[in-house]
Amino acid sequence: MAIAVFVIFVGLVLAVSAHTSRRAASVGGYFVANSSIHWGVNGVAFAGGYLSVASFLGICGLIAFFGYDGFLYSIGFLAGWIVALFVIAEPMKRMGTYTFSDALNRNFSHPGIQLAAGLSVLVVSLFYLVPQMVGAGVLVEPLLGISHYWGVIIVGSVVIVLVAGGGMTSTTYVQFFNGGLLLTFAAVLTVAVLFRGVSPDERPLEEGREGLESYRYEQVAVTIEGGQPRVDLPGARNVGRHAVVDANTGAETAVFYRLSRLVPAIADGDDGYTAEIKGRTPYFDGAAGSGWRIEQLDGRPHVRIEDWWRLMRGADGSEVLVETQYRAVMPDGSVLINGAPDSADNRLRQMGGVSAIPAEIGERTGPVGPLRLLSVLSDRSTVVQRPLIANFTTDAGERMTIHYQEPTAGSEFMRPGLMFPLEASPGEPPLTTLLNRLNFISLMLALFLGTSALPHILIRYYTVPSAEAARKSTIVAIAGIGLFYVLTMYLGVGAIAGGAINPETSNMSAPLLARSFGEVLFAMISGIAFTTVLATVSGLIMAASGSVAHDLMGNLMRRQFSDHAKVLTGRLVAVVVGVIGIVLGIAFRDMNVSFMVGWAFAVAASANLPALLMMLFWKKATAQGIIASILVGIVSAVGLILLSPDMWVRYGFDPATAPMPINQPGIVSIPLSFVVLVVVSLATARRNGTGAVATTR
Amino acid sequence: MTQHLSEAEAAFEKRKLVIGIRMTLIYSAVYAGFVVVSVFQPTWMGVRALLGLNLAVAYGLGLILVAIVFAIVYNQLCRVPASGAAPGAQPGAVPDGGKQEK
Repeated sequence: MAIAVFVIFVGLVLAVSAHTSRRAASVGGYFVANSSIHWGVNGVAFAGGYLSVASFLGICGLIAFFGYDGFLYSIGFLAGWIVALFVIAEPMKRMGTYTFSDALNRNFSHPGIQLAAGLSVLVVSLFYLVPQMVGAGVLVEPLLGISHYWGVIIVGSVVIVLVAGGGMTSTTYVQFFNGGLLLTFAAVLTVAVLFRGVSPDERPLEEGREGLESYRYEQVAVTIEGGQPRVDLPGARNVGRHAVVDANTGAETAVFYRLSRLVPAIADGDDGYTAEIKGRTPYFDGAAGSGWRIEQLDGRPHVRIEDWWRLMRGADGSEVLVETQYRAVMPDGSVLINGAPDSADNRLRQMGGVSAIPAEIGERTGPVGPLRLLSVLSDRSTVVQRPLIANFTTDAGERMTIHYQEPTAGSEFMRPGLMFPLEASPGEPPLTTLLNRLNFISLMLALFLGTSALPHILIRYYTVPSAEAARKSTIVAIAGIGLFYVLTMYLGVGAIAGGAINPETSNMSAPLLARSFGEVLFAMISGIAFTTVLATVSGLIMAASGSVAHDLMGNLMRRQFSDHAKVLTGRLVAVVVGVIGIVLGIAFRDMNVSFMVGWAFAVAASANLPALLMMLFWKKATAQGIIASILVGIVSAVGLILLSPDMWVRYGFDPATAPMPINQPGIVSIPLSFVVLVVVSLATARRNGTGAVATTR
Repeated sequence: MTQHLSEAEAAFEKRKLVIGIRMTLIYSAVYAGFVVVSVFQPTWMGVRALLGLNLAVAYGLGLILVAIVFAIVYNQLCRVPASGAAPGAQPGAVPDGGKQEK
């Protein structure tokens, strides 16, 4: 069904492109839809283009994994629109025609501004484009069963046809379509979550195995004698131990034992056996030399497996071992899931769930209101089973990833702190606490200031006929996006409360939540994930296309081009940027998507916003100051990210030795860009004897 | 831009700008308050605050709802006065003289 919905959506998109291609023949038609889009349509299209995969699936996943900290992104992403509405929207429309560099350059007529602004649009668009393409491949793979490679190619091809054919008009209607779908679908799914309520006993159906109840992790009583666990499991013996250690205090925060044990097996073929492990029935090759040991116990065949158990305290205070899941990459490259061979029949199970709710509620809440649901989940008596990971390599060279659940009080889950450690933990050096807090402030600053400077948002001010329409469409966007971000909270907590968590990727939380309500909603979310990628990518390609054809080409080649040549160039650039997006989307397959989205926001906030604000509100801003601010903003934001601890880990270095001590560059690069603009403007104003003539005063 | 506007229109634009800047500053202060409490008093965020919600959820949802309310209020304040000229639609700003679509 998911494939059918996908094909229908592709057909609709191509039909829109074909229908609107006639209107894309002129410069105004191709780049700004003749500035004839109704403000209501433009407002919903704003929402459809802005709510990228990072907003839709990324935030839901972060809330499901980290609780309230994921919602901080929703708050920051929405708050940025206030800057867009109150100070950017109308001046942008009045002062520009095709691109935001028109507005920047309105008072200066300096080719350098157009070049710098065009370059900035190109850089931000590409940084934003790549994670969208990577996200397309990552999502299409599990949702539609298509490989990452083909997922990126299909999405990239459809987007190229859409943009090169229909230009801004087709982009607008696809974004409008996507915005409407996202809001409707999120509302439907939220109502379903509220009707389900919260129950520690009831779980939705398991993903991919129709009719199979979500798995409950077993626990067994244990006594530790001489450092060895003693448990009552058939043929069990301890073969390994791993502990997660607090970096500040050296205390062990989680201890795991690796048990070798016997699991009842059933003969399947000549030498084969199947055995039920965590509700799955993987196949074992019992032939000599296969590596699997089949042993007889009580006259029945058993297969010997190894799996990891976490040492915890039971409800009565006694020590217990609790099941975990794990993926192991063996030295020969083979992969084991929960002690059995990796296969379609043996994947990791879903995790999450709520194991306790306040006693006065009883066994379950039943259908609840929106405020009541959040109130129950943030209660200190509520216990959320939060998915966590422990990565390490054993002495034998096995690369282990243990997925375990951390019982977390609702009062802790629903306040900041799980992803951004703002509170000083025992033994934490004051400098670490300070850097953690600066990192958080830097992120919130970049989100607040980055939104209104994103190129695919800025070009949408030119698709409406007037400044008033630009303002009204921004208000529609704020209402739609605000509503959607409120709903993300319900989708995120609904996914964790319903045990709909894929432990390997947070991005699948919303789709798995939808699947827990049936295949129809899952098929819908698959199709919407596709249109979400399409809507954002098409906007970015349009922004890049406009900046090259309108800002860069004429200035670099120092000549005027005809309208026909500009449209032709725009279409060619759309194809080239689309192909670059496909290639990078495949090449950066393993890159964390959120890294590059963060880059785009940081670069936009550092390069574009200081120039925009100072051009509007500071009379002494000069062309040289604006150019310097844009270039310093690009270089400092990108440079600081490349020197950050997270990137240092990716280079294979110790993150503590990274030259930039925090991951978010905004707190440095944004003020730096402002300072550079002021200093250069003051210096050049004295030399030029003039500054900008502000236009809005 | 200013050179295309009459005196009344310019005054109206200036009024809108002042309103916009003031509302931005107010919202920025509320947003900054959220960030400051999260950073320096994170435990306060877990305290029950309003309608059974803790401060974190109430403040976060409040920031989103206030943004929507501010947007609507701003639009009301920016409506063209009945007696005033109609700034906004700007001849020449519509490439190819396109017709507004519904």
